[in-house]
Amino acid sequence: MQHAALSGGFSQAPQQSARAFRAAMNAMARPGTIQMVEGATPPAPMSVAAGVLALTLLDAETPVYLAGALDCAAVRDWITFHTGAPFARHEFCAFAIGSWDDLLPLQGYRIGTSEYPDRSATLIVEMPELTASGTTLRGPGIAETAALNLPDPALMARNAALFPLGLDFFLTHGDALAALPRSTKPEVA
Amino acid sequence: MSEAYNFAYLDEQTKRMIRRAILKGLAIPGYQVPFASREMPMPYGWGTGGVQVSAAVLTPEDTMKVIDQGADDTTNAVSIRKFFQKTAGVAVTERTSDADVIQTRHRIPEEPLREDQILVYQVPIPEPLRFLEPRETETRKMHALEEYGLMHVKLYEDISRNGAISTAYAYPVKVEGRYVMDPSPIPKFDNPKLEMAAIQLFGAGREQRIYALPPYTKAVSLDFEDYPFEASKADHACDLCGCDTSYLDEVIVDDAGGRMFVCSDTDFCRGRRAEGHIGAQGAPFEEDAA
Repeated sequence: MQHAALSGGFSQAPQQSARAFRAAMNAMARPGTIQMVEGATPPAPMSVAAGVLALTLLDAETPVYLAGALDCAAVRDWITFHTGAPFARHEFCAFAIGSWDDLLPLQGYRIGTSEYPDRSATLIVEMPELTASGTTLRGPGIAETAALNLPDPALMARNAALFPLGLDFFLTHGDALAALPRSTKPEVA
Repeated sequence: MSEAYNFAYLDEQTKRMIRRAILKGLAIPGYQVPFASREMPMPYGWGTGGVQVSAAVLTPEDTMKVIDQGADDTTNAVSIRKFFQKTAGVAVTERTSDADVIQTRHRIPEEPLREDQILVYQVPIPEPLRFLEPRETETRKMHALEEYGLMHVKLYEDISRNGAISTAYAYPVKVEGRYVMDPSPIPKFDNPKLEMAAIQLFGAGREQRIYALPPYTKAVSLDFEDYPFEASKADHACDLCGCDTSYLDEVIVDDAGGRMFVCSDTDFCRGRRAEGHIGAQGAPFEEDAA
């Protein structure tokens, strides 16, 4: 394990993870809003926001799947040291982290069962940009409509159609994050 | 704040587990997410579920309010407030508008909540079908199959026996047209307020369930076309502040049948009296008169 993997975590884990979770919860409760987070400096190519989510939500109980460029020794060592999360193939993971293209196809991830829809994967999607514009969103947490630049609105709409089953998404870019739970219905032109 | 405890009492691994359950709960509104509820330093029935949810969502900068049936000064509310003052070092308030996180037992504050506020409910029995079907394996299937006929039979039997739906609290709602949810034992007067701007989180410690309503989530009280849902309250005005739209508690004042009706929401009532409203038995408001 490289020495670099030992740094870049929270310096005050209880307080910083509490603030980070507040941002993550606000994002999940209000799809389309963009929240700023801080406190983690993960190795490239992982974004600060994805690093903060990893430190806040991952531990030994959550198998994680790293997709594509993120599946490198630096990121693996960093996640292992700071969270203890085991690595798993995508069909067994609780969390998956990667760019949209690397995470595809969505088939195979756990979408929960009709009796336990919560037993589903959460995908942390590293985005080239994150703006509150683009696809129109409707659903719980949204007063009228919201907007977000989704990577693939049609695929997200298909995921929403599985409700109450389905995948939940965090979208990350730099130190910003947004979320798209399965309950959100993206408008597909 | 006591240095002997981790921030907000719970260890970080427990908080992560609860936080993951909260996120899934928000993603599936009205669905009860199982979680590994911990022993808390208070008995079951005193809000251990709400306390664990609050511990997982509090940040050091928050101001917290705790109410029990609308009151800030009852034993349960006071002890939970002190618990978080000691273990999380958060500021506390009795004013609804000043609070970031409000933990509640069996009421929704009268004052509408804002987008930046979080309401945490203490839930005794999270399963709305439990008194109709005691087996968890069966109620879980009923939720999976969206088989809620039994609940409508229960409400129908209310009508056939009493001439009206007599369920007065813990009145079931259907969330976003999918899950039937127990809104905890709030009076049905509060049911229309479930569609609000704040995030609502429900924690049941003994029963080990967490569920949630994101802001503006549709929560429709179950009813029939010919017996529509009615958000009822005592047909009276508050005797202290004169408000005739708030939810009222009936208080026995002597042993000769004397009684008065007062707002259940003590902060709301005090605020109105401070503004000069006086009820039938009220006296002019004085600061710290209580």
